Amino acid sequence: MRIFDPHIHMTSRTTDDYERMAAAGVRALVEPAFWLGQPRTSVGSFTDYFDSLVGWEPFRASQFGIRHHATIALNPKEANDPRCVGVLDVLPRYLEKDRVVAVGEIGYDSMTAEEDTAFAAQLQLAIAHELPALVHTPHRDKARGTERSIKVVAESGIEPGRVVIDHLNEVTVRTVKESGCWAGFSIYPDTKMSPPRMVEILKEFGTERVLVNSAADWGRSDPLLTRETVDLMLAGGFGEDDVDLVFWRNPVEFYGQSGKLELDDAAPENLFEGNSILRGGS
Amino acid sequence: MKPNELRAALPPAAVGWVDEAVSQVETDPGAIARLFPRAARACGRVPLPGSSGWTADEAARALLLAALPGDQVAAEADRLYRYGDADEKRAVLRALPLLPVGDTAVPLLHDALRTNDTRLVGAALGPYAAHLDAATWRQAVLKCVFMGLPLSIVDRLDERGDEELRVMLAGLAEERAAAGRPMAADAIGLLNRLSGTALRKEA
Repeated sequence: MRIFDPHIHMTSRTTDDYERMAAAGVRALVEPAFWLGQPRTSVGSFTDYFDSLVGWEPFRASQFGIRHHATIALNPKEANDPRCVGVLDVLPRYLEKDRVVAVGEIGYDSMTAEEDTAFAAQLQLAIAHELPALVHTPHRDKARGTERSIKVVAESGIEPGRVVIDHLNEVTVRTVKESGCWAGFSIYPDTKMSPPRMVEILKEFGTERVLVNSAADWGRSDPLLTRETVDLMLAGGFGEDDVDLVFWRNPVEFYGQSGKLELDDAAPENLFEGNSILRGGS
Repeated sequence: MKPNELRAALPPAAVGWVDEAVSQVETDPGAIARLFPRAARACGRVPLPGSSGWTADEAARALLLAALPGDQVAAEADRLYRYGDADEKRAVLRALPLLPVGDTAVPLLHDALRTNDTRLVGAALGPYAAHLDAATWRQAVLKCVFMGLPLSIVDRLDERGDEELRVMLAGLAEERAAAGRPMAADAIGLLNRLSGTALRKEA
């Protein structure tokens, strides 16, 4: 059993979660840059956050044998704050980092003109830096937000196979599948998508070009819902190979398009010149 | 290690990329912003034999820094560290003794020592740590003991170790004994050596 969680906000999680995830089979993950709950008011607090996604968080993950990668972007919610728009200017530096495997989360929150601008500009950054793109779909007015996202993606000229449209449900999955983009699903305890509903969608739409994630963040969420979905797939008639496709080979194929995934050594990193002892303290 | 020794220790497959990148930086220093993060993908990360712990990506990055014009290297090292991922930050720290930056890069050591990332704390205690004041240096040595880092990474440990460091280590040893937790053998060894030195000085 090997699980690659293609979208999970580890910044919000404790080391207990890392421990339980490793025990459940999680070997690799992608942490997208997003909102932190408390709105930010300056570019500096974004760069500190990005530094953590390419510095401290991979270090924490490595202590549990989990490979940590990130996606970097100005999220749609904060793209509406003029004080944060300068983030777009610092993105190129971060998009060149070794473990930054996509531009994201981009897309729509309230479908404003500001969001249009940031979304289109960041799709161009994805093309320029030869990275895939992770597109968040809005909670409110989701169906139209999804359709509009697909349109913006098509207009940008990025190859649809290099884009995942995330947080889908029964209503929005079909148009995304037809667009040629990858379909992303975030399994939550009681919102976006649940394990039983996910299994039904996999039965209807198949296991190709699908990414299933726990998205676990600072809201009510559970980093083990990937594993719960795996167990439900197996109980529902899917085989081990289907599970491996959805929870390992699919995310590897999608993010592998960055040329920057590092999975060859799934063991804990050498934390310091061969010395892997790491006690606490400061 | 000197830049020419680092170049000689690189894997043959990495030398071509590094030479090309170095000449790009020599003609266009701004190119380092793009080349520096790419170095690991181009050169790999294998440890370089006989190089006291350098890896191929760190060596390549140090050579890029060393190729900058002398009057730009301090500002550029600062920027590359500021926007670097953990591997890039470590490479900047390791390169500092090779660069004509005087003591202007000491704030980078302070930043690294504030982290809890063993790779950064360790890299901050190489030869460039000569520029750290005694109080900061002692705190850093003690932090290594707390984090389980081997004290062999600390440059000139015995030369700089003093009575104040002995007192700090003895205090830690006492707390550890009270808690029934072990103290690393190399820290006990240092404490013993410093105690011996103190006794000799009194005599």
